[in-house]
Amino acid sequence: MHTELWSLIIEKTIFGVILLAAIMTGAAYVTLAERKVASWFQDRIGPNRAGPLGLLQPLADGIKFFLKEDMIPKNVHKAFYLLAPGIAAIPPLLIAASIPWGNQIELLGKAIKLQMIDLNVGILFIFAFASIGVYGVMLGGWASNNKYSLMGGLRSSSQMISYELAQGTAVVGVLLLAGTLSLDEIVKQQDSLTKWYVWRQPIGFFIFFVASLAELARVPFDLPEAENELVGGYHTEYSSMKFGLFQVSEYIHLIVTSALISTLYFGGWQIPFVDIASNSSFIYGVLGVISLLLKTVFFIFVFMWLRWTLPRFRYDQLMSLGWKFLLEAAFVWIVITAILVLAFPWYKTWF
Amino acid sequence: MIKIAFIILSLISIFSALMVISRKNPVASVLWLVFHFFGIAGLYVLLGAHFLAAVQIIVYAGAIMVLFLFVVMMLNLNLVNNEKRGKIIGKSIGAVVSGLVLVLFTYSIRTTKWNELFFNQVTDQEWGTAVKLGSLLFSNWLVPFQIVGILLFAAVIGVVALMKRKITRKVENGIVITQEEDVA
Repeated sequence: MHTELWSLIIEKTIFGVILLAAIMTGAAYVTLAERKVASWFQDRIGPNRAGPLGLLQPLADGIKFFLKEDMIPKNVHKAFYLLAPGIAAIPPLLIAASIPWGNQIELLGKAIKLQMIDLNVGILFIFAFASIGVYGVMLGGWASNNKYSLMGGLRSSSQMISYELAQGTAVVGVLLLAGTLSLDEIVKQQDSLTKWYVWRQPIGFFIFFVASLAELARVPFDLPEAENELVGGYHTEYSSMKFGLFQVSEYIHLIVTSALISTLYFGGWQIPFVDIASNSSFIYGVLGVISLLLKTVFFIFVFMWLRWTLPRFRYDQLMSLGWKFLLEAAFVWIVITAILVLAFPWYKTWF
Repeated sequence: MIKIAFIILSLISIFSALMVISRKNPVASVLWLVFHFFGIAGLYVLLGAHFLAAVQIIVYAGAIMVLFLFVVMMLNLNLVNNEKRGKIIGKSIGAVVSGLVLVLFTYSIRTTKWNELFFNQVTDQEWGTAVKLGSLLFSNWLVPFQIVGILLFAAVIGVVALMKRKITRKVENGIVITQEEDVA
């Protein structure tokens, strides 16, 4: 009992440290990718000074964040002001912990699951912590004691609350088909290209995707930090690493959301025509991880693509889209899926 | 192991509950209450009620407390009236209510058979998962479940009816004038 427990603790600790390091590095490089993609879309060169092809830019940015003077404006509510960036950074990391990054790899004669926590309420866990993310934004906006910050914080939190509903409702279609809340199980069921849930849940996927865009507060839904109206939104008063933490948490959220979309609708770590689930050798496990990472990178690129292509919505348009269209569409889609599942058994088994 | 986790989670819950009622700043109280909900959710997990734990965080910590925080932030509660009359009435109501709660708690604590309840009492580790809970709700408890649904639906209709506003638009001298007035 005790050796088992200790080996579990050691295994999870090592995996957790690796995951944390990978996610943090990933987030740093996504910022670089964003700038590179932007420059590509706008026919510029983009950052190319630090290191070859500008590859050391994230490192330079990180050092700059840490070395900048740490300003605390005079009229802020100090405790909450300091707490907000921390609260903002925790939920995306916890979501990352519950995503199955791969099937399993065999190391030292021990099968190691490439998922920190496999819960039987996995999706609910993710939505639980996604909803906690609102606090960081709200507190940051309010504690800054600045009108622009407050407006940004209010916009941001009401937007997150509104689109969370559409997001959560859209997923129900997948759950009806999968019959489980465990993400690992959902991935295992999509074991061939035709069984990816996106083919059976196209509308659900579309709603989930749009709602994720709004959750991430990215163009065309980036009203929380609409520069021309609100200066910088809820993080106007933040500087140095406190601002950096908001920024990093935003990009971790981007990575995690892309991974979640791949997991739910595009087969997660499955590779078409390759059977990974029944093969536990090291190389297959690594291939699975690479497969999920490629899908994730693709979706990150799509998010950036949209950002540098589309204009911004107006705030009332954003709210009426969320409440008067997406949510209803998601409800209707649940009913349609439920009828299909009950009336046509082949819809569930598929081919 | 479970005992250690239980003790840690209980201490977190009790400590944060004490902080909720002792903070002067209402925003701090709300945040401590959110923290308290996490402790409670942890206790639910220990009892095998995974679904309940997740829903506890989604509904209470993620939705209701956000609403509380909105209200508290917007109201700036430092300006709450300090009149003596209000204080006396408020205190006496508080004393009566907390006295009744004390009686209720004492009764339930005295009559509960703790030895049977705590530690290793959960025979079916799966009882609180979404699957088990769902099949119970849609078979044994279908009618109560539906009634709760109707209640919530009625509440939603009530909110819409209360918040509904009549918007009239008219054009005067080429300027569109919109007027809003409460219906309810």
